[in-house]
Amino acid sequence: MMANPLESLADEQVPLEVHDLTVAYQKRPVLWGIDVKVPPGQLVGILGPNGAGKSTLIKAAMGLLPVSGGWVKVFGRPVKEQLKRIGYVPQRESVDWDFPVSVMDVVLMGRYGRLGLFRRPGAADRDIARACLEKVKMLPFADRQIANLSGGQQQRVFLARALAQESDVYFMDEPFAGVDAATESAIIELLHELRNRGKTILVVHHDLPTARNYFDMLLLLNMRVVAFGKTEEVFTYDLLQKTYGGRLTILSEVAEAVRQKS
Amino acid sequence: MQRSLLDFCRSVAAWIRGGLRLWVSALGLIGWLLVLPTVQAAKIGNVSESHWWGQALRFGSLADPSVRYALAGAVLLGLACGLLGAFLVVRQMALVGDALSHAVLPGVALGFLWNASKDPVAIFIGATLAGLLGTLTVSAITRTTRIKEDTALGMVLAGYFSLGMCLVTRLQKLPTGNQSGITSFLFGQAAALKPADLWLMGIVCALVTGIVVVAYKELLLVSFDPVFSRVCGLPARWFDHLLMVLLAFSVVISLQAVGVVLVSAMLITPAATAGLLTDRFHRLLPLSALLGVTAGIMGAFLSFLGSNLPTGPLMVLAASSGFGLAFLFAPRRGIIARWWREKSQSHRIARENTLKAVFHILEEAEFRSDVVSLLQLADRRRITLKISEREARMLVSHQLATMGADEASLTLTPAGWQRACEIVRNHRLWELYLTQAAQIPPDHVHDDAERIEHVLGADAVRELERRLSFAKYDPHGRPIPSLADLRRGGEKAPRPTTVAGYGK
Repeated sequence: MMANPLESLADEQVPLEVHDLTVAYQKRPVLWGIDVKVPPGQLVGILGPNGAGKSTLIKAAMGLLPVSGGWVKVFGRPVKEQLKRIGYVPQRESVDWDFPVSVMDVVLMGRYGRLGLFRRPGAADRDIARACLEKVKMLPFADRQIANLSGGQQQRVFLARALAQESDVYFMDEPFAGVDAATESAIIELLHELRNRGKTILVVHHDLPTARNYFDMLLLLNMRVVAFGKTEEVFTYDLLQKTYGGRLTILSEVAEAVRQKS
Repeated sequence: MQRSLLDFCRSVAAWIRGGLRLWVSALGLIGWLLVLPTVQAAKIGNVSESHWWGQALRFGSLADPSVRYALAGAVLLGLACGLLGAFLVVRQMALVGDALSHAVLPGVALGFLWNASKDPVAIFIGATLAGLLGTLTVSAITRTTRIKEDTALGMVLAGYFSLGMCLVTRLQKLPTGNQSGITSFLFGQAAALKPADLWLMGIVCALVTGIVVVAYKELLLVSFDPVFSRVCGLPARWFDHLLMVLLAFSVVISLQAVGVVLVSAMLITPAATAGLLTDRFHRLLPLSALLGVTAGIMGAFLSFLGSNLPTGPLMVLAASSGFGLAFLFAPRRGIIARWWREKSQSHRIARENTLKAVFHILEEAEFRSDVVSLLQLADRRRITLKISEREARMLVSHQLATMGADEASLTLTPAGWQRACEIVRNHRLWELYLTQAAQIPPDHVHDDAERIEHVLGADAVRELERRLSFAKYDPHGRPIPSLADLRRGGEKAPRPTTVAGYGK
């Protein structure tokens, strides 16, 4: 599929290489023998039914989960050594939004990885955080407590925090889940801008119809890699049917999405 | 065993009976209003001074070494517990503190048994190990079974505490048992603190403060978003364990002064109080420590006044009184502030409704006059003349209207006229919006507009006007007051009946 352009790249130029990755929860495998090699400067959508292991894949790729086999390399080196080049947008529900911190405090957390242990963020970090908030149009909210934000605003704050990490590879877990239309288009615009600056972005996504327009490449996942390649090559009825199996409602959604494409 | 448990229950009952009085005195002290007879009545036992103020003076002069020890202990434990409690509360782990503090009791008893004396280091080691073992038991239960954390915490808390109670009663039957003072570990006796205890407390307190200050950034991130902290390369689990160990240390050094039963309250209550007063963690943390220290000092002081009373309950009562005060009087989240806000809002709505009624009366008379009689107002609002008089006075006191010389009629001031126009305009714009944008029949929209008219902000009104392309009439055919009407202010010239809407 994308093998040819990648062959000319040296290992340290490949943003993400996952080889034979297997993850099991209590001996029940969730991901089997995943092989993915992502070329630089791509916006990749990870699609698959519920329980396909989408979130598990990105968490395992960042080294957050114990793996039963295989390895992950980021720019040619083990992921543990490359954490500074990784940015992460977790699912919105993963934190307590009543926590007594301001929007600015949360975005500054994006700088913590670069600061290292026990060093406090300084004026330069604050400037970067402010610039990131400006990018997601949340600067006027910098001093608000995070509890007073809408879902879309919370997602923008998380995105600003990831931007403040100044990474080369971004992992995003359902950044479009439960956000308003304005936020969705703002986020996708931002992702395209990041991609154009040469960053590699992997996005767990759940909405089939928009997936076709949003992403350069798609990774169809259902415990194994069903297909990985350019969107126009992968977004076919057969492959989507293979990914989503016999789930009828989704199948009709697939048919509709493919019909719109042709 | 049975007898000593019975004794224990009896003494608890006695403390509860005493509690009422303690509440009064704790509250009074915090408000710097000592209730004289109450405190005198609470004063029992071997007190050398005959008046409460004499005792207070003795406490304040710090001449008595036991006072100095108790005070230093209270400050140290208040600081350590306040700081760590802030983390517990924001991480929603309050019950963990409770379980940990109860789980230390068997360790305390075994520490006593070690060389049958009150050796602070032996007790410290035994208690810390027992406490950590308790938390490990909880995590082992939740990881290997389907039992949820709250159930596991409850079981472990009770199980370890029961084991500890059995050991303690056994200890008291030993020849050295009674003078060993192990009961002070149950309910706390700051006066029993010795220099060796204070050294230990000082070391732990310095350790806790130092680590919280140095690793503030790390502890904050690990508490808020542990997964993200690992992406940042922080050893999140390591910091979790560090927090647990510090917590165990702080609980153990507080035992002597606060007691096993209540030490968790010294962790939770100051932090919860601070949470009512601020919503920024960098302010919550020192505030919680300050409140912890204050509660500690208060408890030590009150315990000294009635010298036989245990320190633990008094400290916790002081902390709880602090919480009660914050609950009532916190500037933004206190219930009095909230009640006041709601009340002033309902008064504003009442005023605006009166203004609206005045406008309607003027409108019905086609604005030929600008005077409205109170009788008309009462009629229009379907209220008695007396109430309409009160409403009129409310307008006058807010400079929205002036009363006629006969005290029976009302004229709007320019400000009142403008506000009346705004309210009527909001009402009619909203009605029009509902009928046009939401296709709601015109006879269904009035009640909704009655509520919305008071809360529409300037931005929302501009947006409505744009969307309704600056309409001039509401769905019932009445003119919508225009910007020109708003600016007209107190002009006496009669308003042309045909003039309405925007566009001029």
